[in-house]
Amino acid sequence: MSLLDVKNLKVEFVTADGIVNAVNNVNFSIEEGEILAIVGESGSGKSQTVFAMTGLLDHNGSATGSVKFEGEEILNISNQKLNQIRAEKIAMIFQDPMTSLNPYVRVSEQMTEVLIHHQGISKLDALKQSITMLDAVRIPDANNRIRMYPHEFSGGMRQRVMIAMSLLCRPKLLIADEPTTALDVTVQAQIMQLLADLQKDFGMSIILITHDLGVVAGNSDDMLVMYGGEIMEIGKTETIYSTPTHPYTQGLMSAVPRLDDSEERLITIPGNPPNMMKAPQGCSFSPRCKYAIDTCNIDSPILSKVSNNDHFRACHVSKEKIL
Amino acid sequence: MSNHAILEVKNLKVNFDVSSEGDMPWTKAKKLQAVNDISFSLNAGETLGIVGESGCGKSTLARAIVKMVPAESGEVVWLGNDLLGLSNAETRPYRKQIQMIFQDPLASLNPRMNIGEIIAEPLRTHYPKTPESDIQARVSDVMSKVGLLDNLMNRYPHEFSGGQCQRIGIARALILKPKLIICDEPVSALDVSIQAQVVNLLMDLQEEMDLALIFIAHDLSVVKHISTKIMVLYLGNMVELANSEDIYKSPSHPYTQALISAVPIPDPSVEKNKNLIMIEGDLPSPINPPSGCVFRTRCQKAQDICSQDKPEFKEVSSNHEVACHFND
Ligand SMILES: Nc1ncnc2c1ncn2[C@@H]1O[C@H](COP(=O)(O)OP(=O)(O)O)[C@@H](O)[C@H]1O
Ligand code: SF4
Ligand code: SF4
Ligand SMILES: [Mg+2]
Repeated sequence: MSLLDVKNLKVEFVTADGIVNAVNNVNFSIEEGEILAIVGESGSGKSQTVFAMTGLLDHNGSATGSVKFEGEEILNISNQKLNQIRAEKIAMIFQDPMTSLNPYVRVSEQMTEVLIHHQGISKLDALKQSITMLDAVRIPDANNRIRMYPHEFSGGMRQRVMIAMSLLCRPKLLIADEPTTALDVTVQAQIMQLLADLQKDFGMSIILITHDLGVVAGNSDDMLVMYGGEIMEIGKTETIYSTPTHPYTQGLMSAVPRLDDSEERLITIPGNPPNMMKAPQGCSFSPRCKYAIDTCNIDSPILSKVSNNDHFRACHVSKEKIL
Repeated sequence: MSNHAILEVKNLKVNFDVSSEGDMPWTKAKKLQAVNDISFSLNAGETLGIVGESGCGKSTLARAIVKMVPAESGEVVWLGNDLLGLSNAETRPYRKQIQMIFQDPLASLNPRMNIGEIIAEPLRTHYPKTPESDIQARVSDVMSKVGLLDNLMNRYPHEFSGGQCQRIGIARALILKPKLIICDEPVSALDVSIQAQVVNLLMDLQEEMDLALIFIAHDLSVVKHISTKIMVLYLGNMVELANSEDIYKSPSHPYTQALISAVPIPDPSVEKNKNLIMIEGDLPSPINPPSGCVFRTRCQKAQDICSQDKPEFKEVSSNHEVACHFND
């Protein structure tokens, strides 16, 4: 049994202009202790996939399919149950730490409250544990700094406070949605290193959502490439980087300049990302794909096995033709 | 310095007066040194990349060059004339030769004007007597240069994607046939596939029009790809300036070394074996910068002298300048 098993997940939003199909038939699973990266451009459905799992969709959104956590269905369960799971088993961190921190309340109050409420421990013990956790995320002088307000921390430190808070209840799964996108690279390197260390110490699984192929390369075991709400390719990170078999994955990889290489000219993907309101028929990548054949504009390709070690792709054209 | 330089910036300084929370009305405002003693030169057809952490003075430097923020001291020599010594009226003829494009493409376009009007605006402002038919022809011409169909002229900015808005911004910058375009984080808000399109477009236009570019971004990989040379800023100070290959292959300043090691490479095998140089701690406050070397509070190589003397910015090899007491 996988820690998390997502089957046929679909997310729809009802808007004044029509229905937005934000996530279409997404299937994946995560094992204990595994780091899965979800990569894709903005609007590809990365966030809505995890929001649906954790009951955080906007009020006009709805999800169908199945999400099993430790074998139990958690998609569309009651708020009360979800709150409990979110507090104890699945934690989330975001690009903007202020999404999860209250600016007007001291960090000490916010952290201890979580523990007192969910673990019923004394205020003093809660404070001790909170300081230990701030130490674990390497906030210097945690003993004193815990009394500060969130805005008194620098961007990188605030991110650490949010991470500390999300880990207080020792979750089994941490979902990190673009956790370093707003940070400078030097701070990003610190935070990613920290997450890797914490992952080892606590043995949790991580879903790392990012658009940065560099961050994915160094910080994940498996990766899932999304486009237009669909999975294009999924497999071991190393395998996908060494042999991307999907036209979109290939396009994405050749579009980023590498610091350790000098390319004459970047290879681009023509056109623009899809409008999810008027998603193209067939493969969502077809309007921009140089390998597209007639079938691509009619039928959606299904995710199918490429070879060994759990490598899957969704494409009508054989991988030999596009390599 | 080269005779072909179209722009020479010499010892440019920009200070801001800042008051802090809890200051009394009579408290003297503190000086924030946003840009401190920056010098460089730029030739036609060249690209200077500027990198550094957010808040290190990149945008302020760019704005000071076009006099959008006043400089404290220094010179901005544009085609032989020090712009800082000229009145606004005297600057005007030069001002149109230097254009800017910004990070947030949509926010920098007037939502109530259609695309044709937005692109034509600088032309109408600087050459009010231009006949309407000429304006239309010039607008169509720059639109096709940036890859926009001219039947989009009557549409409004909100109807365009981020990448298309950036093309509109570039078209607007091109209409006056500038010699220099200052690009302040032009691709930072764009998706990678669109980022590559815009980077290629800028490089093509540069070649076609012999444009000089100043390209500011926090993504060192993109900066290295597009730039001839790169300046690394830290807390308003230049710490290193070199050809872009040299900056990557032989970074000399400890900050540049850390910055380069922190850039993630999209290749798992490279990332796995990487030797990360961590910078600990936070960026010091620019209101109260460290004495001596600005980087010393986070530098692993710092010695006593680093807190006493400010390292001189000097050449370590040809076209490679560094500000560090211990160049290796
Ligand atoms: N409340 C909403 N109403 C309508 N559409 C929405 C809503 N929230 C998200 N979407 C749409 O869902 C799609 C997927 O979004 P998202 O998962 O946030 O993408 P990503 O995280 O990959 O950037 C986008 O087209 C987005 O505009
Ligand atoms: S299914 Fe067709 S359009 Fe889609 S990625 Fe494959 S070849 Fe391209
Ligand atoms: S001068 Fe000293 S503190 Fe500054 S970078 Fe060099 S070694 Fe580090
Ligand atoms: Mg998102």
